[in-house]
Amino acid sequence: MIRNNEKRKETILGIFLLLLLLAVMTFIDAKLPSYHIAIKVIKKASVYALVAVSMNLLNGFTGLFSLGQAGFMLLGAYTYAVLSIPVGKRAGVYQYFDGGWIQFSIPEFFSEHLGETFGLNMGIIIALLLGGLVAAFFAYLIGLPVLRLKSDYLAIATLGFAEILRAFFQWKKLGPLTNGSNLLKSYPDFGSATGYIVLIGIFIALIVLLVNSTYGRAFKAIRDDEIAAEAMGINLAKHKRMAFIISSFFAGIGGGMLAMYMGTLQALSFKSTMTYEILLVVVMGGIGSITGSVITSFLYIASMEWLLRGLDSGTFLGINAPGLFKNGFRMAVVSLIIMVVVLFFSKGIMGDREFSVKGLIRLFGGKKAKENAGGDGNV
Amino acid sequence: MSENPILRLENVTMQFGGVVAVNNLSLHVNPGEIVALIGPNGAGKTTAFNCITGVYQPTNGIVEFEGKPIVVAHPEGKMKKLYAGENAELYMSRHPIDPTPDKITKLGIARTFQNIRLWKSMTVFDNVLTAKHMLAKQNVFSATLRLARAEDKQMAEETEALLAEQDLLKYRDDLATSLPYGLQRRLEIARALATKPKLLLLDEPAAGMNPQETQELGEFVAQIKEKYGLSILLIEHHMDFVMNFSDRIYAIDFGKLICSGTPDVIANDQRVIDAYLGVSEDE
Repeated sequence: MIRNNEKRKETILGIFLLLLLLAVMTFIDAKLPSYHIAIKVIKKASVYALVAVSMNLLNGFTGLFSLGQAGFMLLGAYTYAVLSIPVGKRAGVYQYFDGGWIQFSIPEFFSEHLGETFGLNMGIIIALLLGGLVAAFFAYLIGLPVLRLKSDYLAIATLGFAEILRAFFQWKKLGPLTNGSNLLKSYPDFGSATGYIVLIGIFIALIVLLVNSTYGRAFKAIRDDEIAAEAMGINLAKHKRMAFIISSFFAGIGGGMLAMYMGTLQALSFKSTMTYEILLVVVMGGIGSITGSVITSFLYIASMEWLLRGLDSGTFLGINAPGLFKNGFRMAVVSLIIMVVVLFFSKGIMGDREFSVKGLIRLFGGKKAKENAGGDGNV
Repeated sequence: MSENPILRLENVTMQFGGVVAVNNLSLHVNPGEIVALIGPNGAGKTTAFNCITGVYQPTNGIVEFEGKPIVVAHPEGKMKKLYAGENAELYMSRHPIDPTPDKITKLGIARTFQNIRLWKSMTVFDNVLTAKHMLAKQNVFSATLRLARAEDKQMAEETEALLAEQDLLKYRDDLATSLPYGLQRRLEIARALATKPKLLLLDEPAAGMNPQETQELGEFVAQIKEKYGLSILLIEHHMDFVMNFSDRIYAIDFGKLICSGTPDVIANDQRVIDAYLGVSEDE
């Protein structure tokens, strides 16, 4: 009975917190103009959160050290952009390739049939999901040979794949599809940061549900001890492939949303540095902690794009020192912060723990505050 | 041998490069029996286990489970020239079967490990629950969307029952690796039982236990054998354990079977005493 009561309390508080978040987001959206830095930070950070969580699913929960995230994001981004550019604007975008091969736009099609706003948003979501599916399909193909490799070798193979993909997308012969090395632009966007938060919240919730399901436990078993996992009837090849495909699916969606956030798309921006950036978020948040990844992406993006900007442009925290605070100083400070975090939190900010409503109740209830919050992950 | 054995090894040979770790080993386990495999260190006992469970593909020989061949091998490739064992020509015409360990486990053979291999980051409860994954019918979508609640509930209940039986329920939410050594062994057995096996392979279950604990473990093994209708094949060094609790014993040395029979026969066999009992154990 007591247990049930506590569960109910948690659920109510969880729903309350979600509604509060939603209200705050709507408020921010209504008050701030869409070019405001806070909106941009929220959009980019939420996209990074999704990709970091998808990478955590693979690297943190299944123990497969893959560095192909940028490649799968690229696939998702291009699929989304190519399928979403309005037909009328294709001639302008594909000016060197006679308007390109594809002459339809999913969001445009839906907005014609299902109403302006609703149809457009539905179309965007469907195009994003298709981007995820394309990434997942490629993950399946690449997984066949690559998943036989272990640890560092897997990392090198996936990294190589991502690099090849980036070069391939800039190939002139593919121009009518990918616009070669030119920009893709004019595709639609949600406009509001709330849209990003809600959509990405749903995707991350799905990953949390997966991680806490019997399949998630099988993934963790593979990470902890492959030989024992196999001896307990867990098919290694099948489950590794599954984790790889699911992770790539969400990375693809993340890529599509990143393209949406950036407004213009170029294969050049999906360099391996992007993968490392996400890996950094995963490691600093805690390998095996979903909430760690989410919190860290917001902290990381907020400080990189916003809070520490002053270090590059002369004035920081009201201190005006143009001699010291000039281009490049921000990166020096960020590196220092990273080193400090790694030194003092060797397992990342959250370790492999999760932030949960249960933990929050405990924290404010004051009882057993020292005990760590269990893996409910009810954010 | 009137009844059909549940497990039968026929001329199983495992050769690593030039080293013959298991040489022409034939043995069987009848339903409901506790059979022990003994031998000095490095005799090839664990290698024999690994050949049964699919960790290694043997170089030659057949493993049958419930009358059906589950592993079939004959020397191939480089091994054709290198092969130093016997009976190579016997299985040349047979098509090799080389299953992965998970397939063997799905057939109903579960095992424990000599060096305990629990999942370190998981709780006691999750360790056993995860072993039930193999039996789950839900797919990844229904699992994510929690559509198979009835099955989830059933898995959790069965896990609780197994833990209760092993006196581990009070450690339910502790990390598996935080348990004392003896309890970790028990947990490994519980985990193996969670896959609902017909045959249980125990690799040195009493390693590191004192005589009191060993005695308790033996009684416990006999008890779960009855309760779950298991057959058990075990590797053990504790002679009192082996002598008291096994129905039959196979003794191997340098990969070769040197003697088999009831505990009395083994205890009085000069070859066994020479190879093993008299020399390395003084119990």
